[in-house]
Amino acid sequence: MSGASHTPAIEVLGLSKRYGEFEAVRGIDITVQRGEVFGLLGPNGAGKTTTVEILEGYRARSGGEVSVLGHDPARRSLELRRRIGIVLQSGGIYGHITPREALRHWAGFYPHPRDVEEVLALAGLQGQANVRSRKLSGGQLRRLDFALALVGDPELIFLDEPTTGFDPEARRSAWETVRKLRDLGKTVLLTTHYLDEAQELADRVAIVKDGRILAIGPPRELGVGASHYRVAWRDASGAFHERETGDPTALLGGLTAEALARGERLEELSVGRPTLEDVYLELTAEEAPPRGAGHTGAGGPGEGGSRAGGPGAGGAGAIGQRRAGDD
Amino acid sequence: MTETVALGWRQYRLERRMFWRNPSAAFFNFLLPLLFLAGGGAILAGNQHELNRLIPAIAGMSVMSTTFTALAYNIVFLRERGVLKRVRGTPLPTLSYFGGVAANAVTNAALQIGIVVLAGKAIFGIGWPQDWAELIVFVLVGVVALAALGVAFAHAIPNFESTAAYVNAVFLPVVFISFYVFDSSSAPGFLRQIAEALPLKPLIDGLYGAFVTGSGIGSHLDALAVIALWGVFGLFAAVRGFSWEQRRS
Repeated sequence: MSGASHTPAIEVLGLSKRYGEFEAVRGIDITVQRGEVFGLLGPNGAGKTTTVEILEGYRARSGGEVSVLGHDPARRSLELRRRIGIVLQSGGIYGHITPREALRHWAGFYPHPRDVEEVLALAGLQGQANVRSRKLSGGQLRRLDFALALVGDPELIFLDEPTTGFDPEARRSAWETVRKLRDLGKTVLLTTHYLDEAQELADRVAIVKDGRILAIGPPRELGVGASHYRVAWRDASGAFHERETGDPTALLGGLTAEALARGERLEELSVGRPTLEDVYLELTAEEAPPRGAGHTGAGGPGEGGSRAGGPGAGGAGAIGQRRAGDD
Repeated sequence: MTETVALGWRQYRLERRMFWRNPSAAFFNFLLPLLFLAGGGAILAGNQHELNRLIPAIAGMSVMSTTFTALAYNIVFLRERGVLKRVRGTPLPTLSYFGGVAANAVTNAALQIGIVVLAGKAIFGIGWPQDWAELIVFVLVGVVALAALGVAFAHAIPNFESTAAYVNAVFLPVVFISFYVFDSSSAPGFLRQIAEALPLKPLIDGLYGAFVTGSGIGSHLDALAVIALWGVFGLFAAVRGFSWEQRRS
C-alpha cells in the first residue's frame, strides 16, 4: 500500500483480445506513469477502443496482464471505479437533466467529489449549467462528458476519441480541458486517430495498428529518432521536389550553388525532420495503396481548416497532397 | 448496504424528476387509462355489473403499461443512448441504479391504481375495494412480474426506433385477449387457455376479486401462481440476458 503512488498508473503486458476468430488486440505492452498524458494513436479499427475498454473494466481480456492503479480492472471493484473517470466515445445522458443537476447527482457516487461549480467552470459549462442536456450542442455535451468524468476527482482519466466529429473550435476547447487535467496532475490515457491531437496533448504516444503497437515514444522523438532530414523546394518551372538525406548541408550546398549559377530562386525551400505524421504514415500504410486517399482521413486536421494546403498550412492534409503529387 | 440504499433513493428521486419533466411520458402514463375509463364508462353507462368489471380490467392494464411497457422503453432508450454504459463506469452500485429505475415504475403503477380507484368511486359509483389485502398482494406480485418481463423483453429489441413496434406487438394482443376472455363467457376455449396462461388475465381476476367480490386471496391462488411463475421467469431472463450497451453492428 505504502509505495502505491510510485507504481505506474497503468501496466499492460502482452494484452490480447479475440472476438471469435477476429483478433482485435494482439499482444500490447504499455506502461503509463502517473501524471502522464499517454496517447493511443491509430486508424479506426486498430484496437484502441478495445484496449481502453479492457482497462476501463467494460471488457474481459483474452490474455495478458493488466493493472490499473494496482487493480485488475476485470474485477470491476468499487474501489477502482472511485478512482477513475471515463469519457466514452459516445455516452448518453438523460435528455431532461441539466449539467448542474447531472454533476450534483454524479458527485454523490464518489467519496471525495470535486466542487460542482468548480467542475462546471473547468469544463466551460457555466453558461449552460441550467440548460437541459437535449438542448446542448455536440461540443457542449462533450464538455459535459468531461465534467461528469472529473466530478469524482479521479486520479486516472480515460478519453476515448474525445474530439471525433468536432469543429475546430470545439476541438481547441477540448484540448484546453485536457491540458488543464495535466496541470491538475491527473494521469490521462487518450485514444485518437488525429495526429495533431496526439502531438498537441500526449507526453508519449503509442502508434497502434491491427492490434499491435508499431512505435512508442514522445511524439517529437518518434520523428527525431530517424537519422534523415527532408529538404523540399519548388524549382523555376513550378515543380515541387522533396528529397530525404542524412547530410542536409551537402545537399543544400549543391542545390543553392546550382540555383545561383542558373540565376533561379528556390521557392518554398525548407529543411525538416520527419514528424510524427511521417512516422505514422510510414508505419500504418505498409500495405501501400491507400496513400493519397488514406492521408486526409487519417490526418484529421484536413477537417481543421488546412484543406487549402499551400506553404503556410503545415497540416497533414497539406503534406499529404504534396507528397501524393510528388510520388 | 446503507450506502447502496441511500444511493438507490437518490437515483429514485432523480428518475421521478426526469419522469415529470417529460410531458409525453407523464401524459401517456396518467391520461391514457383515464381515457379508457371514460370511454368504457360511457359505453357501459347504466350497467353497474359491467362497470364493475371495467375497473379491474383498466387497473390491470395500467399495471402492465406502467411496468412492462415503460421499462421496456426505458431500458432500450438508456441502453441505445449509452446511459447504461456510462453509469456502469461509475461507482454507483448496480443494485442502487436498477432499484431506483424499478421503483420509479412501481410508483407510477401505484399512482395509476390510485387514480383508477378514485375515478371508479367518484364517477362510476363503484365502492372502495372490498379486499385491500388482496389488492396489495396482486398489485405487488403483478408489478414485480411485469416489470421483470419488461426488462427481459428489452433484450429482444434491437434498437430504439423499433421499440414501439416490438412493445405494441406484445402489449396490444395481450390486453385484447385478456379483456375479451375476462369479459365474455363465450370466448373460444383455446383463447381462454392462452389468456389464463398469460400474466394479465390472472392479474385482472385477482383485482376483480379485490375490487368487487371480496372473495379473498384464497380463491385466486392459481391466478397468483401464474403471475408469480411469470415473475420468476422474467427475473431470470432480465438478469441473464442483460446488455449494458448497444450491440455492435
